[in-house]
Amino acid sequence: MTHQISANVQETREMTINMGPQHPSTHGVLRLEVVLNGEVVSRVHPHIGYLHRCFEKHAEAMDDYSKVIPYTDRIDYVSAMNQEHGYVIAVEKLLQLEVPERVEYVRVILAELQRIASHLLGIGTFGLDLGAFTPFLYCFIEREKILTIFEKISGARLLYNYICVGGLMRDVPDSFKPETADFVKTFRPKIKELNDLLSYNKIFIDRTANIGILPAEVALNYAASGPMLRGSGVSWDLRKNDPYSIYDRFEFDIPVGSGEVGTVGDCWDRYMVRVREMEQSLVIIEQALEQMPDEGNVMEAVPKRIRMKEGEVYVRTETPRGELGYYIISDKSPSPFRVKVRAPSFVNLSILPAISRGALLSDLVAIVGSIDIVLGEVDR
Amino acid sequence: MLEFLENIIPSSTIALVVFALFPLVLILVYALFAIWAERKIAGFIQDRLGPMRTGGFHGWAQTIADMLKLIQKEDIIPKDASSFLFKLAPFMIFTASYAAFAVIPFSSGYIGSNINIGAFYLLAITSFLTISIIMASWASNNKWSLVGGMRTAAQMVSYEVPTIVTVLSVLIVASSMNLMTITEMQTGNDIMGFLPNWFIFQNPFLIVAFALFFISMLAESHRVPFDLPESESELVAGYQTEYSGMRWGMFMLAEYADMLLLSLLGATLFFGGWNSPFGTFMSGPVWGFGWFMLKGMLLVFVMMWIRWTLPRYRVDQLMHICWSILIPLSFVNFVLVALWEMIF
Amino acid sequence: MQTQIKEGFQTFKSIFIGMGITLRHFFQPSVTIQYPEVRDVLPAGARSKLFVNIDDCIGCNLCARACPVNCIDIETVKATADIDLGKTSTGNPKRLWVTQFDIDMSKCMYCDLCVHPCPTNCIYMVQEYEYSEFDRKNLIFKFSDLTPDKVIEVKEKLVKETEEKNREKELAQQKKDQEKEKDAGKTGE
Repeated sequence: MTHQISANVQETREMTINMGPQHPSTHGVLRLEVVLNGEVVSRVHPHIGYLHRCFEKHAEAMDDYSKVIPYTDRIDYVSAMNQEHGYVIAVEKLLQLEVPERVEYVRVILAELQRIASHLLGIGTFGLDLGAFTPFLYCFIEREKILTIFEKISGARLLYNYICVGGLMRDVPDSFKPETADFVKTFRPKIKELNDLLSYNKIFIDRTANIGILPAEVALNYAASGPMLRGSGVSWDLRKNDPYSIYDRFEFDIPVGSGEVGTVGDCWDRYMVRVREMEQSLVIIEQALEQMPDEGNVMEAVPKRIRMKEGEVYVRTETPRGELGYYIISDKSPSPFRVKVRAPSFVNLSILPAISRGALLSDLVAIVGSIDIVLGEVDR
Repeated sequence: MLEFLENIIPSSTIALVVFALFPLVLILVYALFAIWAERKIAGFIQDRLGPMRTGGFHGWAQTIADMLKLIQKEDIIPKDASSFLFKLAPFMIFTASYAAFAVIPFSSGYIGSNINIGAFYLLAITSFLTISIIMASWASNNKWSLVGGMRTAAQMVSYEVPTIVTVLSVLIVASSMNLMTITEMQTGNDIMGFLPNWFIFQNPFLIVAFALFFISMLAESHRVPFDLPESESELVAGYQTEYSGMRWGMFMLAEYADMLLLSLLGATLFFGGWNSPFGTFMSGPVWGFGWFMLKGMLLVFVMMWIRWTLPRYRVDQLMHICWSILIPLSFVNFVLVALWEMIF
Repeated sequence: MQTQIKEGFQTFKSIFIGMGITLRHFFQPSVTIQYPEVRDVLPAGARSKLFVNIDDCIGCNLCARACPVNCIDIETVKATADIDLGKTSTGNPKRLWVTQFDIDMSKCMYCDLCVHPCPTNCIYMVQEYEYSEFDRKNLIFKFSDLTPDKVIEVKEKLVKETEEKNREKELAQQKKDQEKEKDAGKTGE
């Protein structure tokens, strides 16, 4: 269904309308000031800051580097493991700390499981934005299984505080390996079911193909990252292009948008990159489970007290939403002098005004959904 | 039915009121049941349980409790709303739905008004829904409501065309507009020896007509994938945004009544109305009512099933489907139905 | 025209596939449970509510210092010499009266950081998760087992002891000073 929407057939008065912060599909407390011409969007101004919790100031106030970790959980509360992972890698780099093998493997498995959980949420809510209620709950059933695995190892379901500087807070239980393997096995058919129900549904394709097209160069100019950038056809994944932790030991593909049903960089491409990334995460988890050493003390390298040297470090990791950067300056004192977060959602959201011009109001909802923002991360 | 009531009730006025109230009672009972059923169906489809507590068995009394809550709620009218129209709209929308039931032949023994222009009256009176929805959206003085209302107006006016054309193709087969007569024409099991004489089996092109009718019916009663007037993820709640309490409850009631109305119309036109599928077996006024409601409920179930499966269309796609697919198809189909009737 | 027919066909096909999936799920058992009657079994080590085994607490204040949100409030009084508080189950000697051990669960963020530094493992998370209250004050859990009278008593005792000690010290000091003076006098002579 390709047909032009002619916006200016008749001269009409523009209408400014407030979408959010209490709108059902702004994924939290995003406020969009939308200027409408009929139902066609002329301009969008995102207003942010409704969920600002002073993460950076809090981090400076803590008198220990490990006390910051619970706060990093709360930056992006749907992918807390990835946030912890990034921060802990940065601190370890500053300390020049070597981490045991087993710890690295557990961390990678957890990060990939969290990536699947986060993508499931993103995909589900995207379907919800387009009116498909049921796939959302099917995604939640699968996400629930991951959260149960996390609960068994860390004791918490959402904000784990599990990865600590130099190791893990506690050792993984014996059931971790078989349960994760079992999840990997049962999850593959579910992706197929999701594709049948939602991804290749013609109505869904009609709603998302050729909508919110983000050309590769625009994406690069705005410093987009994660599925947002890969959806535009740019093969850039830090796990492959700048491997951290032990990601260089695994073989996996980087799914990129190909314009399969529309144009490269449209909402469907961004959506599909997430679905395919879940499959790749399963591939990584399978390899990691195979290579993971069974024995080893996870608390071996954990320092009793963190004695920091003077220095600064920037570490970037690939979270489900894109490139997460932690810039930490240390001044020898027990508390960090400065912790700056480069939040991928924040950067990705800044593209919204550029790609939603001329879209319909319904398309705007689809575009916001396809960016997959978490307001906690946008506002920090 | 009316004579029977007049015989047992001394005053003929009261008998008439009782007679007229029957569809109202039916709508209310059905709406309570259907809202609960929709929630249960949604629950089962999504691997949940749905309402489980109120009333004991599977939360059957949930909607009754909800309605009681809605009645108790504060009556909020926005300060800048056009108060009179704002208050009037919910009643008008419900009146329109209720009035349309007057010509539905519930069983061989009960029809509110056995008039010769039944189908015409039904299609005409449902246009009131459009007016009342625009009234509600404009009176709310809310931008989201207005967008929703405008969408509704465009959608309902457009989809009335394919609905009417598909209904017309049945009417030329039946050569009557009286819904009772149309139902009576479908009595018997003569097609291929065992199939009932329903219109959908009488003419192959009426199967296509039914498909088109069903699609336009989804749009007419704002169900997914055409639920744009109240698409909650885009327009907050569309034209209902500013409504709360029992006024909102009236919209809800009218929506479900509308669903039932169109399903019953579909059952009358294509599936033999109150006729039993087994010829004279299990037929009669009371059985007929049961069969009729069963057919209507099956269509309602399919509508609910679709709702919990599909995403929704965009407003321009909705118009595209109507004007460049459904309307040409229904006209072509209309001609084909007529040709078939002429030849055979 | 042909593409349109094809598209229409695809639309119906995908809709029917989707409806098939939802119908299959319609007959599958539900994954949710009826919460208050049926309860999920929490895994061992689930983090829900903080609990302090006050018999084992030595009042070292490590947990309060580890807390990022300062929700633990500890006050201790040194035990006087005449009283032996005994030992904890881990064998550490107790030297302090823990007169106040308050945890404000409305502030707690369940991060588990207070549990790890405890030398006697007396503070830990338990699996109780239903403790909502109408008043926020009720969420401050007091773990100290000393009665207010007892607290006053031990405080007074400590004050007395310190006073006594101070007096002794003063006396000793005076003695010393006197001796010094004497010595000074001797040498001066």
